[in-house]
Amino acid sequence: MGEKISKQFDPTAILQEIESKFEMFQILNEEGKIVNEDAVPDLTDEELVELMTRMVYTRILDQRSISLNRQGRLGFYAPTAGQEASQLASHFALEKEDWILPGYRDVPQIVWHGLPLWKAFLFSRGHFVGNQIPEGVNVVPPQIIIGAQYVQTAGVALGIKKRGTKNVAITYTGDGGSSQGDFYEGINFAGAFKSPAIFVVQNNQYAISTPRDVQTAAKTIAQKGIAAGIPSILVDGMDPLAVYVATRYARERAVNGDGPSLIETMCYRYGPHTMSGDDPTRYRTTDIDNEWAAKDPIVRFRIYLEGKGLWSEEKETEVIERAKEEIKAAIKKADETPKQKVTDLIENMYEEKPYNLQEQYEIYKAKESK
Amino acid sequence: MAQMTMIQAITDALRCELKDDENVLVFGEDVGVNGGVFRATEGLQNEFGADRVFDTPLAESGIGGLAVGLSLTGFRPVPEIQFFGFVYEVMDSINGQLARYRYRTGNTYAMPVTIRSPFGGGVHTPEMHSDSLEGLMAQQPGLKVVIPSTPYDAKGLLISSIRDNDPVIFLEHLKLYRSVREEVPEESYTIPLGKADVKREGKDLTIIAYGLMVHESLKAAEELEKEGYSVEVIDLRTIQPLDIDTIIASVEKTNRAIVVQEAQKQAGIAANVVAEITERAILSLEAPVLRVAAPDTVYPFPQAENIWLPNYKDILETAKKVLTF
Repeated sequence: MGEKISKQFDPTAILQEIESKFEMFQILNEEGKIVNEDAVPDLTDEELVELMTRMVYTRILDQRSISLNRQGRLGFYAPTAGQEASQLASHFALEKEDWILPGYRDVPQIVWHGLPLWKAFLFSRGHFVGNQIPEGVNVVPPQIIIGAQYVQTAGVALGIKKRGTKNVAITYTGDGGSSQGDFYEGINFAGAFKSPAIFVVQNNQYAISTPRDVQTAAKTIAQKGIAAGIPSILVDGMDPLAVYVATRYARERAVNGDGPSLIETMCYRYGPHTMSGDDPTRYRTTDIDNEWAAKDPIVRFRIYLEGKGLWSEEKETEVIERAKEEIKAAIKKADETPKQKVTDLIENMYEEKPYNLQEQYEIYKAKESK
Repeated sequence: MAQMTMIQAITDALRCELKDDENVLVFGEDVGVNGGVFRATEGLQNEFGADRVFDTPLAESGIGGLAVGLSLTGFRPVPEIQFFGFVYEVMDSINGQLARYRYRTGNTYAMPVTIRSPFGGGVHTPEMHSDSLEGLMAQQPGLKVVIPSTPYDAKGLLISSIRDNDPVIFLEHLKLYRSVREEVPEESYTIPLGKADVKREGKDLTIIAYGLMVHESLKAAEELEKEGYSVEVIDLRTIQPLDIDTIIASVEKTNRAIVVQEAQKQAGIAANVVAEITERAILSLEAPVLRVAAPDTVYPFPQAENIWLPNYKDILETAKKVLTF
């Protein structure tokens, strides 16, 4: 029988055919040239500048966060450099009322969605005020249990569908996250309910140290959506225009009632997994780092915008200076936040304290007032 | 008033809440057309539509995730886990996620979810269906764990659970679904969570129990009465948080207590009750507080259930030790 189990049916050929269809969608190449004229999004000059501004700003935020972490002034931090197009161009395709369920590296998206920067710093430091989401900002705190945000997104998307608003729920995980059971349950539930969800897999090639090829036999992560019956796209995650178009496409489908989509963004994190002791030189070579640095999203977008006369060194310096000022102010505000007390934590457990917490509250209140 | 079994009382409670609050959603495996494998949701899809009472794909973690996401969008989810033995598949969604949302978000997001599930044993299900895993849930801060023992309590407690703005694990004993029948009002009513019920008053010994063991304890109390002992039986009804006031008041009156649970003895609810009594009322005690529980094995194969599960004879034996100490 070999690979064919009959003349009519060849499972191996079906797999190969599906996998061969997942070519990487790209609009703006590494040299900053448009390679896919038809697909160029209808963004105004102001919008293009705004997207670039956010990417540059976020790169500075990453650099400052790493340095603050090294000075002991931030806590848990997962570097974002290299993933700006993947994170911010996908976010740029959303509307204010859309929901974001981020992974732990996806702090920039929720900041640009309305979470004040000083709160993001408090999240990093491990202070509950950082997770107190302002009214009207439709985000949840970054997820730590990889995959859990996928099943919750299926729930938010179903809720949106039941409410009948023209919104979506978007969530992010990584190549490693796509191995979790919750990944499959999440995309499958959203598919079954035909709910307005967008599932983004930021394939940054390594789950801490484990390379993408160890995660799965699947040639692409995008093709995993096919099994759940949902349209899926493999996109150049270093290309802000391609990421924007893919997400906008998914969003339009979703709000039109056509159900969820899966987007795999091929990207790279330049830094370590987190600032908590990960050393990427143990599992990546300088050659690989350099290969990806040549694809940098900010570099290619800068060339493109300069070519259109929309960006300049002066403009970039202005954004960098603004970012530094705002980061400084946000850190100051974070520093001024009162330290958390055990009684604060007890207060946040239930709407009404049960007897055990009531008793413990009294004990800690007495201790804290000393 | 109508005579109802516990399963009918549960359906009735769900109906009351579906009618009363348009944000209440009932979902799970086979809860729609089929009305649930135990018929707890019988007729509800017909009455309220598939938008509010619906089947999900077969994946417990996904069901838990739906509950979280639906809460975020303002709904009041009432998911069913088909058998509580399957809860391990949804432990992160419940204990890792639902239970922590209010805390993690500094009181900005609530999770008004009630997870219903049949638990306990004695009905010869295939292995890994039945189990008494309430202790796993009671150990998780952020959850409340409710276990009714009668149809009347089941209805009032379920309505309170659904209206509660924190996640509640509502466990329905498999053997009690159809074995007890009593008068249950047809209108809506609530029984407060965290309040125990003195099912029988007495002055010589307090038996503290929940779920099926309440009935075994009452049977033991009747036997003991024949021997001249007056026994009080407390049904905890909520095992987390406990109703400390009712427990301590009873122990201070009777000076003797035993705690009965169907679950294995190790690290259980009964141990917690014993600890609370010794911390708060040791000077009232005339005897050690003993426990009646199942042996510390994995939940048994169906043919061994009857010899494994605690029953009124075990309760009698332990009660006498305490009464004659």
